[in-house]
Amino acid sequence: MKLALKLAYRNLAGAPLRTFLNVFVLSLSFVMIIWNKGLLSGWDKQARRDTINWEIGGGQYWHENYDPYDPFTIEDSHTELSQAILNEEKLGYVTPILIAQATMYPQGRIQNVLLKGINPEQTILELPSSYLNIDIDEIPVCIGKRTAEANHLNVGDYFTIRWRDKNGTFDAAEAKIVHIFKTNVPAIDNGILWIPLETLRTMMQMPDEATLLVTSQEKESLGTFKGWIFKDHYYLLTAIREMIEMKSIGGSIFYLILLLLAMLAIFDTQVLSIFRRQKEIGTHIALGMTQKQVVGLFTVEGAMHSVLAAILGAVYGIPLLGLQAVKGWTMPVGTDDYGFTIADTIYPAYSLALVLGTTLLILITTTIVSYIPARRISKMKPTDAIRGKIQ
Amino acid sequence: MNNSIIIQIKNLKKDFPIGKGVFTALQNINISIKAGEFLGLIGPSGSGKTTLLNIIGSLDIRTEGEVTVLDKNVSTLSQIEAANLRSVYLGFIFQTYNLLPVYTVFENVELPLLLLKQPQAERKKAVEDALEWVGLEDKINSRPAQLSGGECQRVSIARAMVKKPKIVLADEPTANLDAENSHHILKTMESLNSELNTTFIFATHDEKVIQYLQRKISLVDGQVVNDEKVTNIPIGG
Repeated sequence: MKLALKLAYRNLAGAPLRTFLNVFVLSLSFVMIIWNKGLLSGWDKQARRDTINWEIGGGQYWHENYDPYDPFTIEDSHTELSQAILNEEKLGYVTPILIAQATMYPQGRIQNVLLKGINPEQTILELPSSYLNIDIDEIPVCIGKRTAEANHLNVGDYFTIRWRDKNGTFDAAEAKIVHIFKTNVPAIDNGILWIPLETLRTMMQMPDEATLLVTSQEKESLGTFKGWIFKDHYYLLTAIREMIEMKSIGGSIFYLILLLLAMLAIFDTQVLSIFRRQKEIGTHIALGMTQKQVVGLFTVEGAMHSVLAAILGAVYGIPLLGLQAVKGWTMPVGTDDYGFTIADTIYPAYSLALVLGTTLLILITTTIVSYIPARRISKMKPTDAIRGKIQ
Repeated sequence: MNNSIIIQIKNLKKDFPIGKGVFTALQNINISIKAGEFLGLIGPSGSGKTTLLNIIGSLDIRTEGEVTVLDKNVSTLSQIEAANLRSVYLGFIFQTYNLLPVYTVFENVELPLLLLKQPQAERKKAVEDALEWVGLEDKINSRPAQLSGGECQRVSIARAMVKKPKIVLADEPTANLDAENSHHILKTMESLNSELNTTFIFATHDEKVIQYLQRKISLVDGQVVNDEKVTNIPIGG
């Protein structure tokens, strides 16, 4: 192996232009794969972090009837909190949220919304609920930037909210925007009005009731509560995970094309080498190499492109990707309207596993691509190879 | 000088398939070669010289008969054993030099020693000695493309001789060289033959080479027609 490496290095160094072109194309694949994966990884991490901090905390207990994808369940998804839950709430390990459907009438327009009652004192979520801790005649409302822009609402604006309470009676009241928050998590923004929990309970005639419970990140699951189903991070982050996986597949197609081009160059070089270097192959055999050793030599020579590509990729890739990891990748305007959790600026995350995994992937692929044409050597007649006779 | 028989060929036959039939390149060959001989397989093109040389060098296999080289029956050697025989005991010189174009002169000559896994210091010394034998010490860092034909063939001789093999097989070594270079190279090989007792076997029809031979085995249509020893060498000696 050491000999093969030494001879392969000599052969590559002896044809610098050809080697450089192959290595450069391959290094582009290296850098692009790591960049693409790093970007998705960064997005994934940020999206998870934001979703945990703003929406799901350490996990959620859902009322057994609650299904966020079925609005018809909301009416029946509430129950009084047990003493055990109230105790956890007092300790700050859980914050209840009550959800109700309503209609708002901003500037005379009709808009269906979800009212979400949250304790203004809670600290489990980053949602700025403390703004709801205000003593005014109207219902204090916090909304996200997306909802504000979609409804042309500003802090201090008034509008009417109309809802139907537990008994089916319609009621309405004036509300006032007390704060507009900016979040990367559209699930707590789009069409949602955040109001004080006690206010909503009173409006709905549902004292001490809630639809879901958000647990603190340090406690996560608090055990079993009758009538409540615990949803962990794996479940609650399914949408993000699936979206990243989908994007990852899309990205993979892009860098697979790049990798394919690089592999085509290596394959082509190998085929051409074996075709043009038959005398060399014959000479190696005459000097005492077995045909298997010559196959190994050509395979190592091809595979060495990937090692050199990793080095070249590191030379220009580390500064470039490093710079972007610090500066971030600014998303185009309007990206936050897409409906999925994404920050204004994504900071790519490059892990050692990603770099090593990519290196291994390219090394293995290059070795296979180098080996396939090299196998032909084992079928060559040494006497013909020495004379350079095309076989 | 140990003059024991190192190559023994008995009833050798070699056929090549051509279409549905066969072409017999060698038949009924019986030759014994002693250590230190400087002999040539001579004959016109197609007489089977190169084929015989290739079989002795374990690069090709016989159809019938027995070929023993250094007490090894080359017909029954595995690929690894044959490679080992070539690597340790045989040196090859080709008509077209077969130097590796991307290697320097030093690297070309060093290659057989790398295959033998010799330590670096020993390799360096051996390569320098070999290049001194052929008078190319000053071309150590040149590449084959920068050398003349004669120089390339001298590098090829140095590569064949660097490991001090028992047998050197030279296939038309002067075919691409002018008279002056041919004589220079043959003198070099002759002196290596006498200094190191290396057996040289040439496949040639070049008169320049034939003048130097101590034994001439003539082949016609794949058969030995004459095997004569030359006691008085007019030019080479």
